[in-house]
Amino acid sequence: MTFRDILGFVIDLDLLDRYGWRFLEGIGVTAQLVAISFTLGGALGLLLALARLSDKGPLRWLTGAYIYFFRGSPLLAQLFLLYYGLGSLRAFWTDLGLWWFFREAWSCALLAFTLNTAAYQAEIFRGAIRSVPRGQREAAAALGMHRAVTFAKVIFPQAMIVCLRPLGNELILMIKASAIASLVTIYDLMGVTKLAFSRSYDFELYLWAAVLYLLIVECIRRLWAVLERRLTRHLRAGDLPQPAQRNGLSRVTKTALKPNAQ
Amino acid sequence: MYKAILAAGICVLAMTSLTSAQEKKEIVVASEGAYPPFNSMDSNNKLQGFDIDITNALCEKMQVKCTIVAQDWDGMIPALLAKKFDAIVASMTITEERKKQIDFTDRYYRTPLSVAVPKDSKIKDTTTASMKGMSVGAQSSTTQAIHAEEVYGKAGAEAKLYPTQDEANADLANGRLDAVVSDKFVLVEWLKNAGKDCCKMLGDIEGTMSEAGIAIRKEDKDLKERFNKAIKDIVADGTYKKIQSKYFEFDIY
Repeated sequence: MTFRDILGFVIDLDLLDRYGWRFLEGIGVTAQLVAISFTLGGALGLLLALARLSDKGPLRWLTGAYIYFFRGSPLLAQLFLLYYGLGSLRAFWTDLGLWWFFREAWSCALLAFTLNTAAYQAEIFRGAIRSVPRGQREAAAALGMHRAVTFAKVIFPQAMIVCLRPLGNELILMIKASAIASLVTIYDLMGVTKLAFSRSYDFELYLWAAVLYLLIVECIRRLWAVLERRLTRHLRAGDLPQPAQRNGLSRVTKTALKPNAQ
Repeated sequence: MYKAILAAGICVLAMTSLTSAQEKKEIVVASEGAYPPFNSMDSNNKLQGFDIDITNALCEKMQVKCTIVAQDWDGMIPALLAKKFDAIVASMTITEERKKQIDFTDRYYRTPLSVAVPKDSKIKDTTTASMKGMSVGAQSSTTQAIHAEEVYGKAGAEAKLYPTQDEANADLANGRLDAVVSDKFVLVEWLKNAGKDCCKMLGDIEGTMSEAGIAIRKEDKDLKERFNKAIKDIVADGTYKKIQSKYFEFDIY
């Protein structure tokens, strides 16, 4: 019995032959779209967070308004505004020499996702930066460190530990939200699924899509666990390996040694 | 709280038993609402158009009360199969692929596929050779989408599929697309209105004359017969002509 036969028990092989490759391409498109927009959004988000924490009023106010808008309106509306709204100003973009950018659904979606995730990531960064105790900054200042160095060497690494998990959440949300790219002609995982479904009317395809999204999210979950271990390695530096015989003891013995431990 | 849930449950049960009743006094018909002149939304968000007028005429002939609901195109057939409604009157082309899932009545109009292009377009005709390297738009899950993908796409065009016809038209108008494939009369209507400044008709695609029918579930044989009889009746007694003249200057039956 070949691997293919075994696979045949679980999924429809005919569908797999017809749409398998397209699904793989779809995963690639989704992954690219999210990876690029999440990274660019992170860079923009960090800048926004710094502006939001700045002591200059207008800067705080402007970034506040930006974050308010992009967190407060649906991503779908933002994408349509960019794609159909700004896309209808062809003459204007041609004059500016930017029509090549707004012509493509891909770059419009990328821009919309970047702007949207930047707003969320800015708030995550802001919270994380503020969670670093004030004393750290004061201590660095007392040592005569420059503000930029203080941020890069003292504040940011500690803030990263705090914001890693929320950022992972945001990434997972982005992956699922990226399905709306299929509404502006992009063949991402969802777009491919809808295309295949429109031909075969087989609900199994949506199940494939769900499982594939789940797999992507699982990969991220594992990657994040690795990242967290790496970022917090200094916190565990003092931990000694557990004495071996401790684990070998039976429950009864442990209770006998420490009668109050439950 | 408990009683409210119980009441809701009874309501749901009552509704399902109602729709499964054999001799229907009331049927629910779905249309799309983004495919003028056949179906579209008026300013009060009510469905209107050729499909809607035909539906009302047919229901009057069959002497049943019809409720017309709007449904997104992509979910049309799955929703019919899930018994969300009993029939689809939404300019759905009768195809072999769809017939595997659902059944169709006799046709209620015929249309070829056509191509619209920007006014300054360099595309000469609708042959596959002329579409090489062009981006061609169409509404997804339609016969024109299959044509854009399988015929033009295989010849080197880039097929872009949209949830509604309106969105494909918008992208033709703002220059993202080099051509749009759709049912002829839909493009004619659009070129008379919103699209008249930007675009023009390139021509019909040869060999694509197809029939639009009313979609129903395979097991509803009785409903199919009643629809077929009603279609014959409205064509025979001139009701069809009267409705048609509201939208078209030529015969589309």
